[in-house]
Amino acid sequence: MINKDEVKHIAGLARIGITEKEVEKFSADLSAVLDWIKQLEKVDTSKVVPTSRVHGSINVAREDKVYAFSEKEKIIELFHEKKNGYDKVRSVL
Amino acid sequence: MIRELHQKLINKEITAEKLALDYLACIEKKDKDFFAYISVTKDLALEQARKVDEKIARGESIELLEGIPGAIKDNLCISGVRTTASSKILDNYVAPYDATVIKKLKENGAVFLGKTNLDEFAMGSSTENSAYGVTKNPYDLTRVSGGSSGGSAAAVALDEAVWALGTDTGGSIRQPASFCGVVGLKPTYGRVSRYGAIAMASSFDQIGPLTKTVEDAAIILSVIAGQDKMDATSAHSSGKDYAKYLTGEIGGMRIGIVKEYIDGLGEKEKKAISEIIETYKKLGAEIKEINLPHIKYSLPVYYIIVPCEVSSNLARFDGIKYGLSIDDEENSGLGENRMPKKLLETYLDSRHYGFGKEVQRRIMLGTYALSSGYYDAYYLRAQKVRTLIREDFEKAFLEVDLILTPITPTAAFKIGEKIEDPLEMYLADIFSITANIVGVPAISVPGTKIETDGHDLPIGFQLMGKWFDEENVLNVAHAYEINK
Repeated sequence: MINKDEVKHIAGLARIGITEKEVEKFSADLSAVLDWIKQLEKVDTSKVVPTSRVHGSINVAREDKVYAFSEKEKIIELFHEKKNGYDKVRSVL
Repeated sequence: MIRELHQKLINKEITAEKLALDYLACIEKKDKDFFAYISVTKDLALEQARKVDEKIARGESIELLEGIPGAIKDNLCISGVRTTASSKILDNYVAPYDATVIKKLKENGAVFLGKTNLDEFAMGSSTENSAYGVTKNPYDLTRVSGGSSGGSAAAVALDEAVWALGTDTGGSIRQPASFCGVVGLKPTYGRVSRYGAIAMASSFDQIGPLTKTVEDAAIILSVIAGQDKMDATSAHSSGKDYAKYLTGEIGGMRIGIVKEYIDGLGEKEKKAISEIIETYKKLGAEIKEINLPHIKYSLPVYYIIVPCEVSSNLARFDGIKYGLSIDDEENSGLGENRMPKKLLETYLDSRHYGFGKEVQRRIMLGTYALSSGYYDAYYLRAQKVRTLIREDFEKAFLEVDLILTPITPTAAFKIGEKIEDPLEMYLADIFSITANIVGVPAISVPGTKIETDGHDLPIGFQLMGKWFDEENVLNVAHAYEINK
Protein backbone atom coordinates (compact mmCIF):
# COMPACT_ATOMS: atom_id res chain seq x y z
CA MET A 1 0.00 0.00 0.00
CA ILE A 2 1.31 3.39 -0.99
CA ASN A 3 -0.07 6.06 1.27
CA LYS A 4 -0.87 9.64 0.32
CA ASP A 5 2.38 11.09 1.68
CA GLU A 6 4.38 8.59 -0.38
CA VAL A 7 2.39 9.51 -3.50
CA LYS A 8 3.18 13.19 -2.93
CA HIS A 9 6.85 12.38 -2.37
CA ILE A 10 7.04 10.34 -5.62
CA ALA A 11 5.17 13.01 -7.60
CA GLY A 12 7.74 15.52 -6.33
CA LEU A 13 10.63 13.31 -7.42
CA ALA A 14 8.96 12.80 -10.81
CA ARG A 15 8.31 16.56 -11.14
CA ILE A 16 4.60 16.04 -11.81
CA GLY A 17 2.21 18.47 -10.16
CA ILE A 18 -0.81 16.61 -8.74
CA THR A 19 -4.01 17.71 -7.04
CA GLU A 20 -5.41 16.28 -3.77
CA LYS A 21 -8.02 14.32 -5.71
CA GLU A 22 -5.33 12.78 -7.92
CA VAL A 23 -3.32 11.78 -4.86
CA GLU A 24 -6.09 9.39 -3.85
CA LYS A 25 -6.46 7.89 -7.32
CA PHE A 26 -2.70 7.36 -7.68
CA SER A 27 -2.54 5.82 -4.23
CA ALA A 28 -5.16 3.22 -5.22
CA ASP A 29 -3.80 2.56 -8.75
CA LEU A 30 -0.15 2.26 -7.75
CA SER A 31 -0.96 0.07 -4.76
CA ALA A 32 -2.97 -2.33 -6.96
CA VAL A 33 -0.11 -2.70 -9.45
CA LEU A 34 2.55 -3.08 -6.74
CA ASP A 35 0.51 -5.75 -4.92
CA TRP A 36 0.19 -7.68 -8.15
CA ILE A 37 3.93 -7.36 -8.81
CA LYS A 38 4.67 -8.97 -5.42
CA GLN A 39 4.29 -12.42 -7.03
CA LEU A 40 7.92 -12.06 -8.16
CA GLU A 41 8.98 -12.61 -4.55
CA LYS A 42 8.19 -16.30 -5.07
CA VAL A 43 11.04 -16.71 -7.55
CA ASP A 44 14.43 -17.79 -6.22
CA THR A 45 16.82 -15.26 -7.75
CA SER A 46 19.71 -15.73 -5.32
CA LYS A 47 22.11 -17.09 -7.96
CA VAL A 48 20.83 -15.21 -11.00
CA VAL A 49 22.73 -12.48 -12.84
CA PRO A 50 20.44 -9.54 -13.72
CA THR A 51 19.87 -8.82 -17.41
CA SER A 52 21.70 -5.78 -18.72
CA ARG A 53 21.34 -6.50 -22.43
CA VAL A 54 19.21 -8.95 -24.42
CA HIS A 55 21.80 -9.83 -27.05
CA GLY A 56 25.54 -10.18 -27.08
CA SER A 57 26.79 -6.64 -27.68
CA ILE A 58 29.54 -5.70 -25.23
CA ASN A 59 31.26 -2.33 -24.86
CA VAL A 60 30.15 -0.70 -28.08
CA ALA A 61 32.73 1.98 -28.75
CA ARG A 62 33.50 4.49 -31.44
CA GLU A 63 36.27 6.91 -32.21
CA ASP A 64 36.19 9.92 -29.87
CA LYS A 65 35.45 12.40 -32.62
CA VAL A 66 33.13 15.39 -32.58
CA TYR A 67 30.39 15.43 -35.23
CA ALA A 68 28.70 18.79 -35.71
CA PHE A 69 24.89 18.70 -35.63
CA SER A 70 23.74 20.57 -38.70
CA GLU A 71 20.25 21.48 -37.51
CA LYS A 72 21.16 23.78 -34.59
CA GLU A 73 18.76 26.51 -35.69
CA LYS A 74 15.84 24.08 -35.81
CA ILE A 75 16.51 23.12 -32.19
CA ILE A 76 16.71 26.75 -31.04
CA GLU A 77 13.44 27.36 -32.88
CA LEU A 78 11.74 24.91 -30.49
CA PHE A 79 12.67 26.83 -27.31
CA HIS A 80 9.69 28.28 -25.49
CA GLU A 81 11.54 31.52 -24.82
CA LYS A 82 14.85 32.39 -26.42
CA LYS A 83 17.39 35.17 -26.09
CA ASN A 84 20.53 35.54 -28.22
CA GLY A 85 20.41 31.86 -29.15
CA TYR A 86 20.00 30.78 -25.53
CA ASP A 87 17.04 29.02 -23.92
CA LYS A 88 15.64 31.42 -21.31
CA VAL A 89 14.13 29.87 -18.15
CA ARG A 90 12.73 31.10 -14.86
CA SER A 91 15.04 31.49 -11.89
CA VAL A 92 15.82 28.36 -9.90
CA LEU A 93 15.59 29.96 -6.45
CA MET B 1 1.25 -5.85 -52.83
CA ILE B 2 4.37 -3.69 -53.05
CA ARG B 3 5.78 -5.86 -55.84
CA GLU B 4 2.59 -5.57 -57.93
CA LEU B 5 2.45 -1.79 -57.49
CA HIS B 6 6.13 -1.58 -58.41
CA GLN B 7 5.38 -3.47 -61.64
CA LYS B 8 2.55 -1.06 -62.43
CA LEU B 9 4.88 1.89 -61.89
CA ILE B 10 7.62 0.58 -64.17
CA ASN B 11 5.07 -0.52 -66.80
CA LYS B 12 3.69 3.03 -66.65
CA GLU B 13 0.18 1.76 -65.88
CA ILE B 14 0.05 4.30 -63.06
CA THR B 15 2.24 7.20 -61.92
CA ALA B 16 3.56 7.53 -58.39
CA GLU B 17 1.68 10.81 -58.11
CA LYS B 18 -1.62 9.18 -59.07
CA LEU B 19 -0.95 6.36 -56.64
CA ALA B 20 -0.32 8.83 -53.80
CA LEU B 21 -3.43 10.83 -54.77
CA ASP B 22 -5.56 7.65 -54.75
CA TYR B 23 -4.43 6.84 -51.21
CA LEU B 24 -4.86 10.45 -50.08
CA ALA B 25 -8.43 10.35 -51.46
CA CYS B 26 -9.08 7.18 -49.49
CA ILE B 27 -7.81 8.88 -46.32
CA GLU B 28 -10.04 11.86 -47.04
CA LYS B 29 -13.05 9.57 -47.46
CA LYS B 30 -12.62 7.14 -44.57
CA ASP B 31 -10.48 8.76 -41.93
CA LYS B 32 -13.06 11.09 -40.45
CA ASP B 33 -14.82 7.95 -39.19
CA PHE B 34 -11.84 5.80 -38.26
CA PHE B 35 -9.15 8.33 -37.27
CA ALA B 36 -6.00 6.42 -38.22
CA TYR B 37 -4.03 9.60 -38.96
CA ILE B 38 -3.07 12.45 -36.65
CA SER B 39 -1.66 14.44 -39.55
CA VAL B 40 -1.60 13.95 -43.31
CA THR B 41 1.55 15.10 -45.11
CA LYS B 42 0.03 15.65 -48.54
CA ASP B 43 2.64 18.11 -49.84
CA LEU B 44 5.54 15.92 -48.76
CA ALA B 45 3.90 12.83 -50.29
CA LEU B 46 3.28 14.50 -53.65
CA GLU B 47 6.78 15.98 -53.75
CA GLN B 48 8.30 12.55 -53.06
CA ALA B 49 6.03 10.89 -55.62
CA ARG B 50 6.85 13.39 -58.38
CA LYS B 51 10.56 12.76 -57.92
CA VAL B 52 9.93 9.07 -58.60
CA ASP B 53 7.85 9.88 -61.68
CA GLU B 54 10.66 12.07 -63.01
CA LYS B 55 13.10 9.19 -62.58
CA ILE B 56 10.79 6.81 -64.43
CA ALA B 57 10.29 9.40 -67.19
CA ARG B 58 14.07 9.67 -67.57
CA GLY B 59 14.20 5.92 -68.07
CA GLU B 60 16.07 5.28 -64.82
CA SER B 61 15.48 2.09 -62.85
CA ILE B 62 13.71 2.39 -59.50
CA GLU B 63 13.90 0.47 -56.22
CA LEU B 64 11.09 -1.85 -55.14
CA LEU B 65 9.78 0.60 -52.54
CA GLU B 66 10.20 3.70 -54.68
CA GLY B 67 6.94 5.62 -55.06
CA ILE B 68 5.01 3.27 -52.76
CA PRO B 69 2.97 5.26 -50.22
CA GLY B 70 3.08 4.40 -46.53
CA ALA B 71 2.23 5.75 -43.09
CA ILE B 72 4.53 6.52 -40.17
CA LYS B 73 3.60 6.14 -36.52
CA ASP B 74 3.63 9.57 -34.91
CA ASN B 75 6.42 8.71 -32.47
CA LEU B 76 8.98 8.52 -35.31
CA CYS B 77 10.71 11.74 -36.28
CA ILE B 78 10.50 13.12 -39.82
CA SER B 79 12.52 16.32 -40.18
CA GLY B 80 10.29 19.37 -40.51
CA VAL B 81 7.12 17.41 -39.73
CA ARG B 82 5.03 17.72 -36.56
CA THR B 83 5.67 14.69 -34.34
CA THR B 84 3.39 14.45 -31.31
CA ALA B 85 3.69 10.88 -29.91
CA SER B 86 -0.05 11.53 -29.33
CA SER B 87 0.82 13.69 -26.34
CA LYS B 88 -0.25 17.22 -25.54
CA ILE B 89 3.26 17.83 -24.27
CA LEU B 90 4.55 17.50 -27.87
CA ASP B 91 1.55 19.11 -29.58
CA ASN B 92 3.68 21.82 -31.19
CA TYR B 93 6.86 19.76 -31.69
CA VAL B 94 8.38 19.82 -35.18
CA ALA B 95 11.14 17.22 -35.42
CA PRO B 96 14.53 18.78 -36.26
CA TYR B 97 15.95 15.58 -37.76
CA ASP B 98 15.03 12.29 -39.46
CA ALA B 99 14.91 9.01 -37.58
CA THR B 100 17.35 6.51 -39.09
CA VAL B 101 14.44 4.41 -40.44
CA ILE B 102 13.04 7.54 -42.10
CA LYS B 103 16.41 8.38 -43.61
CA LYS B 104 16.65 4.85 -45.03
CA LEU B 105 13.11 4.91 -46.40
CA LYS B 106 13.76 8.30 -48.03
CA GLU B 107 16.95 6.97 -49.62
CA ASN B 108 14.84 4.14 -51.04
CA GLY B 109 12.29 6.56 -52.48
CA ALA B 110 9.33 5.65 -50.26
CA VAL B 111 6.41 8.11 -50.08
CA PHE B 112 5.06 9.31 -46.69
CA LEU B 113 1.31 9.95 -46.53
CA GLY B 114 1.19 11.04 -42.90
CA LYS B 115 1.62 10.32 -39.21
CA THR B 116 -0.60 7.75 -37.49
CA ASN B 117 -2.35 7.72 -34.15
CA LEU B 118 -1.03 5.86 -31.10
CA ASP B 119 -1.49 5.66 -27.36
CA GLU B 120 0.36 8.56 -25.76
CA PHE B 121 4.10 7.79 -25.94
CA ALA B 122 3.07 4.27 -27.07
CA MET B 123 1.75 3.41 -23.60
CA GLY B 124 -1.42 1.43 -24.08
CA SER B 125 -3.14 -1.28 -26.06
CA SER B 126 -6.08 0.54 -27.66
CA THR B 127 -5.12 4.14 -28.70
CA GLU B 128 -7.63 5.21 -26.03
CA ASN B 129 -4.69 6.92 -24.30
CA SER B 130 -4.10 9.20 -27.31
CA ALA B 131 -4.58 12.90 -26.57
CA TYR B 132 -6.24 13.25 -30.00
CA GLY B 133 -8.89 10.51 -30.09
CA VAL B 134 -9.42 6.77 -30.56
CA THR B 135 -8.69 4.89 -33.79
CA LYS B 136 -11.78 2.78 -34.55
CA ASN B 137 -11.55 -0.81 -35.68
CA PRO B 138 -11.86 -1.24 -39.48
CA TYR B 139 -14.28 -4.16 -38.94
CA ASP B 140 -16.48 -2.59 -36.25
CA LEU B 141 -16.58 1.11 -35.40
CA THR B 142 -17.51 0.40 -31.76
CA ARG B 143 -14.26 -1.50 -31.17
CA VAL B 144 -10.63 -0.49 -30.79
CA SER B 145 -7.94 -0.99 -33.41
CA GLY B 146 -5.55 -2.06 -30.70
CA GLY B 147 -2.41 -0.28 -29.69
CA SER B 148 -0.26 1.32 -29.37
CA SER B 149 0.29 1.30 -33.19
CA GLY B 150 -3.48 1.26 -33.76
CA GLY B 151 -3.38 4.05 -36.34
CA SER B 152 -0.74 2.26 -38.42
CA ALA B 153 -2.65 -1.06 -38.34
CA ALA B 154 -5.99 0.56 -39.22
CA ALA B 155 -4.41 2.64 -42.02
CA VAL B 156 -3.11 -0.50 -43.73
CA ALA B 157 -6.34 -2.45 -43.18
CA LEU B 158 -8.46 0.43 -44.56
CA ASP B 159 -6.26 0.89 -47.68
CA GLU B 160 -5.24 4.30 -46.36
CA ALA B 161 -1.61 3.20 -46.81
CA VAL B 162 0.18 0.34 -48.56
CA TRP B 163 2.51 -0.18 -45.61
CA ALA B 164 3.12 1.45 -42.24
CA LEU B 165 5.79 1.66 -39.58
CA GLY B 166 5.03 1.03 -35.94
CA THR B 167 7.00 0.59 -32.75
CA ASP B 168 6.67 -2.39 -30.43
CA THR B 169 7.62 -2.34 -26.74
CA GLY B 170 5.28 -5.07 -25.48
CA GLY B 171 3.17 -5.95 -28.52
CA SER B 172 2.38 -2.53 -29.94
CA ILE B 173 2.88 -3.68 -33.55
CA ARG B 174 1.57 -7.24 -33.25
CA GLN B 175 -1.57 -6.71 -31.15
CA PRO B 176 -3.15 -4.03 -33.41
CA ALA B 177 -2.08 -6.11 -36.43
CA SER B 178 -4.10 -8.99 -34.95
CA PHE B 179 -7.13 -6.76 -34.26
CA CYS B 180 -7.07 -5.24 -37.77
CA GLY B 181 -6.27 -8.38 -39.77
CA VAL B 182 -2.84 -7.33 -41.06
CA VAL B 183 0.74 -8.58 -40.72
CA GLY B 184 2.89 -7.00 -37.97
CA LEU B 185 6.57 -7.73 -37.42
CA LYS B 186 8.64 -6.87 -34.36
CA PRO B 187 12.26 -7.48 -35.38
CA THR B 188 14.96 -8.77 -33.01
CA TYR B 189 16.06 -6.12 -30.49
CA GLY B 190 18.96 -4.42 -32.24
CA ARG B 191 17.96 -5.38 -35.80
CA VAL B 192 16.61 -1.88 -36.52
CA SER B 193 18.12 1.37 -35.24
CA ARG B 194 15.95 3.18 -32.68
CA TYR B 195 17.49 6.60 -33.41
CA GLY B 196 14.65 9.07 -33.90
CA ALA B 197 11.98 6.90 -32.29
CA ILE B 198 10.64 8.77 -29.26
CA ALA B 199 11.85 6.45 -26.51
CA MET B 200 9.46 4.65 -24.20
CA ALA B 201 11.47 1.74 -22.75
CA SER B 202 14.85 1.60 -24.39
CA SER B 203 15.71 -2.05 -23.70
CA PHE B 204 12.36 -3.19 -25.20
CA ASP B 205 11.51 -0.78 -28.05
CA GLN B 206 11.85 -1.89 -31.67
CA ILE B 207 10.59 -0.37 -34.92
CA GLY B 208 8.92 -2.65 -37.45
CA PRO B 209 6.48 -2.86 -40.37
CA LEU B 210 2.71 -3.39 -40.57
CA THR B 211 1.61 -4.61 -43.99
CA LYS B 212 -1.03 -6.58 -45.90
CA THR B 213 1.33 -9.47 -46.73
CA VAL B 214 4.37 -11.16 -45.24
CA GLU B 215 6.36 -10.36 -48.36
CA ASP B 216 5.67 -6.64 -47.91
CA ALA B 217 6.91 -6.87 -44.30
CA ALA B 218 10.07 -8.57 -45.59
CA ILE B 219 10.59 -5.79 -48.16
CA ILE B 220 10.24 -3.04 -45.55
CA LEU B 221 12.47 -4.84 -43.05
CA SER B 222 15.22 -5.22 -45.68
CA VAL B 223 15.23 -1.44 -46.10
CA ILE B 224 15.11 -0.38 -42.43
CA ALA B 225 17.42 -3.02 -40.87
CA GLY B 226 21.07 -2.44 -40.12
CA GLN B 227 23.71 -1.18 -37.73
CA ASP B 228 23.76 2.54 -37.02
CA LYS B 229 26.34 4.63 -35.21
CA MET B 230 23.47 6.67 -33.73
CA ASP B 231 22.16 3.62 -31.81
CA ALA B 232 24.83 1.73 -29.90
CA THR B 233 22.45 -1.21 -29.36
CA SER B 234 21.88 -1.74 -33.08
CA ALA B 235 23.47 -4.97 -34.22
CA HIS B 236 25.78 -5.79 -37.08
CA SER B 237 23.81 -6.56 -40.21
CA SER B 238 24.72 -8.63 -43.23
CA GLY B 239 22.32 -6.64 -45.42
CA LYS B 240 19.89 -9.45 -46.12
CA ASP B 241 17.12 -9.23 -48.69
CA TYR B 242 14.48 -10.92 -46.56
CA ALA B 243 12.00 -11.39 -49.43
CA LYS B 244 14.43 -13.91 -50.96
CA TYR B 245 13.86 -16.34 -48.08
CA LEU B 246 10.12 -16.68 -48.69
CA THR B 247 10.10 -20.11 -50.32
CA GLY B 248 7.04 -21.37 -48.44
CA GLU B 249 8.98 -24.63 -47.91
CA ILE B 250 8.92 -25.52 -44.22
CA GLY B 251 9.27 -29.32 -44.24
CA GLY B 252 11.15 -30.51 -41.12
CA MET B 253 10.85 -27.15 -39.40
CA ARG B 254 10.38 -27.70 -35.64
CA ILE B 255 7.63 -25.49 -34.21
CA GLY B 256 7.15 -25.31 -30.44
CA ILE B 257 3.80 -24.74 -28.77
CA VAL B 258 3.16 -23.72 -25.17
CA LYS B 259 0.31 -25.76 -23.69
CA GLU B 260 -0.58 -23.32 -20.87
CA TYR B 261 -1.03 -20.53 -23.41
CA ILE B 262 -3.52 -22.49 -25.51
CA ASP B 263 -5.38 -24.05 -22.54
CA GLY B 264 -6.21 -20.59 -21.21
CA LEU B 265 -8.05 -19.52 -24.37
CA GLY B 266 -11.80 -19.37 -24.96
CA GLU B 267 -13.42 -22.07 -27.14
CA LYS B 268 -13.52 -20.10 -30.40
CA GLU B 269 -9.96 -18.86 -30.01
CA LYS B 270 -8.74 -22.35 -29.10
CA LYS B 271 -10.37 -23.80 -32.21
CA ALA B 272 -8.78 -21.09 -34.36
CA ILE B 273 -5.27 -21.79 -33.09
CA SER B 274 -5.76 -25.59 -33.38
CA GLU B 275 -6.61 -25.18 -37.06
CA ILE B 276 -3.43 -23.18 -37.58
CA ILE B 277 -1.37 -25.90 -35.90
CA GLU B 278 -3.04 -28.50 -38.15
CA THR B 279 -2.16 -26.45 -41.24
CA TYR B 280 1.49 -26.42 -40.19
CA LYS B 281 1.46 -30.18 -39.61
CA LYS B 282 0.12 -30.70 -43.11
CA LEU B 283 2.88 -28.51 -44.49
CA GLY B 284 5.45 -30.86 -42.97
CA ALA B 285 6.38 -29.00 -39.80
CA GLU B 286 7.07 -30.96 -36.65
CA ILE B 287 4.97 -29.65 -33.72
CA LYS B 288 6.56 -30.05 -30.27
CA GLU B 289 5.24 -29.08 -26.89
CA ILE B 290 7.75 -26.95 -25.01
CA ASN B 291 8.05 -25.80 -21.45
CA LEU B 292 8.82 -22.18 -20.52
CA PRO B 293 8.50 -22.34 -16.72
CA HIS B 294 9.14 -18.64 -16.03
CA ILE B 295 6.91 -17.01 -18.65
CA LYS B 296 4.15 -16.73 -16.08
CA TYR B 297 6.22 -13.95 -14.52
CA SER B 298 6.49 -12.00 -17.78
CA LEU B 299 3.76 -9.47 -17.01
CA PRO B 300 5.02 -8.38 -13.57
CA VAL B 301 8.62 -8.25 -14.88
CA TYR B 302 7.48 -6.07 -17.77
CA TYR B 303 5.40 -3.75 -15.60
CA ILE B 304 8.35 -3.05 -13.32
CA ILE B 305 11.17 -2.60 -15.79
CA VAL B 306 9.18 -0.68 -18.40
CA PRO B 307 7.91 2.02 -15.97
CA CYS B 308 11.48 2.38 -14.64
CA GLU B 309 12.79 3.04 -18.15
CA VAL B 310 9.78 5.28 -18.85
CA SER B 311 10.42 7.43 -15.79
CA SER B 312 13.99 7.97 -16.95
CA ASN B 313 13.22 8.50 -20.67
CA LEU B 314 10.35 10.92 -20.09
CA ALA B 315 12.34 13.11 -17.69
CA ARG B 316 13.37 15.10 -20.78
CA PHE B 317 9.86 16.55 -21.23
CA ASP B 318 10.16 19.44 -18.84
CA GLY B 319 8.54 22.40 -20.57
CA ILE B 320 11.95 23.96 -21.18
CA LYS B 321 13.67 22.65 -24.30
CA TYR B 322 10.65 21.98 -26.54
CA GLY B 323 6.98 21.10 -26.41
CA LEU B 324 4.28 22.39 -24.10
CA SER B 325 5.46 24.90 -21.51
CA ILE B 326 3.00 26.04 -18.86
CA ASP B 327 4.81 29.15 -17.87
CA ASP B 328 2.13 31.71 -17.09
CA GLU B 329 1.52 33.56 -13.84
CA GLU B 330 -1.67 31.66 -13.08
CA ASN B 331 -1.59 29.86 -9.78
CA SER B 332 -2.20 26.26 -10.79
CA GLY B 333 -2.63 25.04 -7.21
CA LEU B 334 0.25 22.63 -7.66
CA GLY B 335 3.60 22.54 -5.92
CA GLU B 336 4.43 25.26 -3.46
CA ASN B 337 2.44 27.97 -5.30
CA ARG B 338 5.28 30.44 -5.15
CA MET B 339 4.64 33.76 -6.86
CA PRO B 340 6.27 34.82 -9.01
CA LYS B 341 6.75 31.29 -10.32
CA LYS B 342 10.15 29.63 -10.27
CA LEU B 343 11.65 26.95 -12.52
CA LEU B 344 10.20 24.11 -10.42
CA GLU B 345 6.63 25.31 -11.06
CA THR B 346 7.28 25.28 -14.81
CA TYR B 347 8.24 21.60 -14.51
CA LEU B 348 5.31 20.66 -12.26
CA ASP B 349 2.70 22.49 -14.31
CA SER B 350 3.98 21.45 -17.75
CA ARG B 351 4.15 17.77 -16.76
CA HIS B 352 0.78 17.95 -15.01
CA TYR B 353 -1.08 19.40 -17.99
CA GLY B 354 1.10 17.88 -20.72
CA PHE B 355 0.98 14.18 -19.78
CA GLY B 356 -2.12 11.96 -19.76
CA LYS B 357 -3.10 9.73 -16.84
CA GLU B 358 -1.50 6.48 -18.02
CA VAL B 359 1.81 8.20 -18.76
CA GLN B 360 1.79 9.84 -15.32
CA ARG B 361 0.93 6.50 -13.71
CA ARG B 362 3.90 4.77 -15.34
CA ILE B 363 6.31 7.61 -14.56
CA MET B 364 5.17 7.49 -10.91
CA LEU B 365 5.45 3.70 -10.74
CA GLY B 366 8.94 3.75 -12.23
CA THR B 367 10.05 6.61 -10.00
CA TYR B 368 8.83 4.66 -6.97
CA ALA B 369 10.53 1.40 -8.00
CA LEU B 370 13.83 3.20 -8.60
CA SER B 371 13.66 5.38 -5.50
CA SER B 372 16.00 4.93 -2.57
CA GLY B 373 15.39 1.70 -0.69
CA TYR B 374 13.23 -0.03 -3.33
CA TYR B 375 15.73 -0.67 -6.14
CA ASP B 376 16.70 -4.21 -5.02
CA ALA B 377 13.15 -5.31 -4.30
CA TYR B 378 11.70 -4.19 -7.62
CA TYR B 379 14.05 -3.28 -10.47
CA LEU B 380 16.94 -5.62 -9.65
CA ARG B 381 14.68 -8.58 -8.88
CA ALA B 382 12.75 -8.02 -12.12
CA GLN B 383 15.98 -7.92 -14.16
CA LYS B 384 17.01 -11.23 -12.56
CA VAL B 385 13.69 -12.88 -13.40
CA ARG B 386 14.13 -11.46 -16.91
CA THR B 387 17.34 -13.49 -17.13
CA LEU B 388 15.44 -16.64 -16.12
CA ILE B 389 12.84 -16.03 -18.84
CA ARG B 390 15.60 -15.54 -21.40
CA GLU B 391 17.25 -18.78 -20.32
CA ASP B 392 13.90 -20.57 -20.81
CA PHE B 393 13.90 -19.35 -24.41
CA GLU B 394 17.54 -20.32 -24.96
CA LYS B 395 16.75 -23.86 -23.82
CA ALA B 396 13.57 -24.04 -25.88
CA PHE B 397 15.43 -22.97 -29.02
CA LEU B 398 17.74 -25.97 -28.67
CA GLU B 399 14.69 -28.15 -29.34
CA VAL B 400 12.64 -26.04 -31.73
CA ASP B 401 13.22 -23.49 -34.51
CA LEU B 402 10.19 -21.32 -33.77
CA ILE B 403 7.47 -20.91 -31.15
CA LEU B 404 3.81 -20.58 -32.16
CA THR B 405 1.43 -18.88 -29.72
CA PRO B 406 -1.76 -16.82 -29.73
CA ILE B 407 -1.03 -13.09 -29.99
CA THR B 408 -4.17 -11.76 -28.26
CA PRO B 409 -6.55 -13.59 -25.89
CA THR B 410 -9.56 -12.39 -27.94
CA ALA B 411 -10.38 -10.38 -31.06
CA ALA B 412 -10.71 -6.56 -30.70
CA PHE B 413 -12.48 -5.40 -27.56
CA LYS B 414 -15.02 -2.59 -27.27
CA ILE B 415 -14.01 1.04 -26.88
CA GLY B 416 -14.23 1.87 -23.16
CA GLU B 417 -14.30 -1.79 -22.07
CA LYS B 418 -10.92 -1.86 -20.33
CA ILE B 419 -9.80 1.75 -20.03
CA GLU B 420 -10.95 2.25 -16.43
CA ASP B 421 -8.92 -0.66 -15.09
CA PRO B 422 -5.21 -0.37 -15.96
CA LEU B 423 -4.40 -3.81 -14.56
CA GLU B 424 -6.98 -5.53 -16.75
CA MET B 425 -5.56 -3.74 -19.81
CA TYR B 426 -2.05 -4.93 -18.85
CA LEU B 427 -3.18 -8.56 -18.49
CA ALA B 428 -4.27 -8.72 -22.15
CA ASP B 429 -0.59 -8.32 -23.16
CA ILE B 430 0.26 -11.78 -21.86
CA PHE B 431 1.23 -13.35 -25.23
CA SER B 432 3.04 -10.43 -26.80
CA ILE B 433 5.34 -9.08 -24.10
CA THR B 434 7.73 -12.03 -23.69
CA ALA B 435 9.27 -11.39 -27.13
CA ASN B 436 10.28 -7.91 -25.93
CA ILE B 437 11.51 -9.15 -22.56
CA VAL B 438 13.92 -11.56 -24.24
CA GLY B 439 14.45 -9.57 -27.46
CA VAL B 440 13.51 -12.24 -30.04
CA PRO B 441 11.82 -11.45 -33.38
CA ALA B 442 8.06 -12.06 -33.49
CA ILE B 443 5.36 -11.71 -36.10
CA SER B 444 1.59 -11.49 -35.91
CA VAL B 445 -0.03 -13.21 -38.89
CA PRO B 446 -3.73 -12.93 -39.77
CA GLY B 447 -5.47 -16.20 -38.90
CA THR B 448 -9.20 -16.85 -39.19
CA LYS B 449 -12.07 -14.53 -38.32
CA ILE B 450 -14.05 -14.96 -35.12
CA GLU B 451 -17.75 -14.17 -35.00
CA THR B 452 -18.41 -11.71 -32.16
CA ASP B 453 -21.76 -9.91 -31.69
CA GLY B 454 -22.65 -10.26 -35.35
CA HIS B 455 -19.28 -9.07 -36.66
CA ASP B 456 -16.61 -11.29 -38.17
CA LEU B 457 -13.52 -9.98 -36.40
CA PRO B 458 -9.99 -10.90 -37.42
CA ILE B 459 -7.55 -12.46 -34.97
CA GLY B 460 -3.91 -13.24 -35.60
CA PHE B 461 -1.42 -15.73 -34.26
CA GLN B 462 2.21 -15.25 -33.32
CA LEU B 463 5.47 -16.85 -34.40
CA MET B 464 8.58 -16.10 -32.34
CA GLY B 465 11.99 -17.00 -33.71
CA LYS B 466 15.58 -17.21 -32.56
CA TRP B 467 17.49 -13.96 -32.10
CA PHE B 468 18.26 -12.44 -35.55
CA ASP B 469 16.45 -15.25 -37.40
CA GLU B 470 13.85 -13.04 -39.09
CA GLU B 471 14.20 -15.07 -42.31
CA ASN B 472 12.66 -18.21 -40.79
CA VAL B 473 10.00 -16.25 -38.91
CA LEU B 474 8.96 -14.59 -42.17
CA ASN B 475 9.14 -17.77 -44.24
CA VAL B 476 7.03 -19.84 -41.83
CA ALA B 477 4.49 -16.98 -41.65
CA HIS B 478 4.48 -16.82 -45.45
CA ALA B 479 3.89 -20.60 -45.70
CA TYR B 480 0.66 -20.25 -43.68
CA GLU B 481 -0.44 -17.20 -45.63
CA ILE B 482 -0.26 -18.97 -49.00
CA ASN B 483 -1.76 -22.26 -47.74
CA LYS B 484 -4.55 -21.24 -45.40
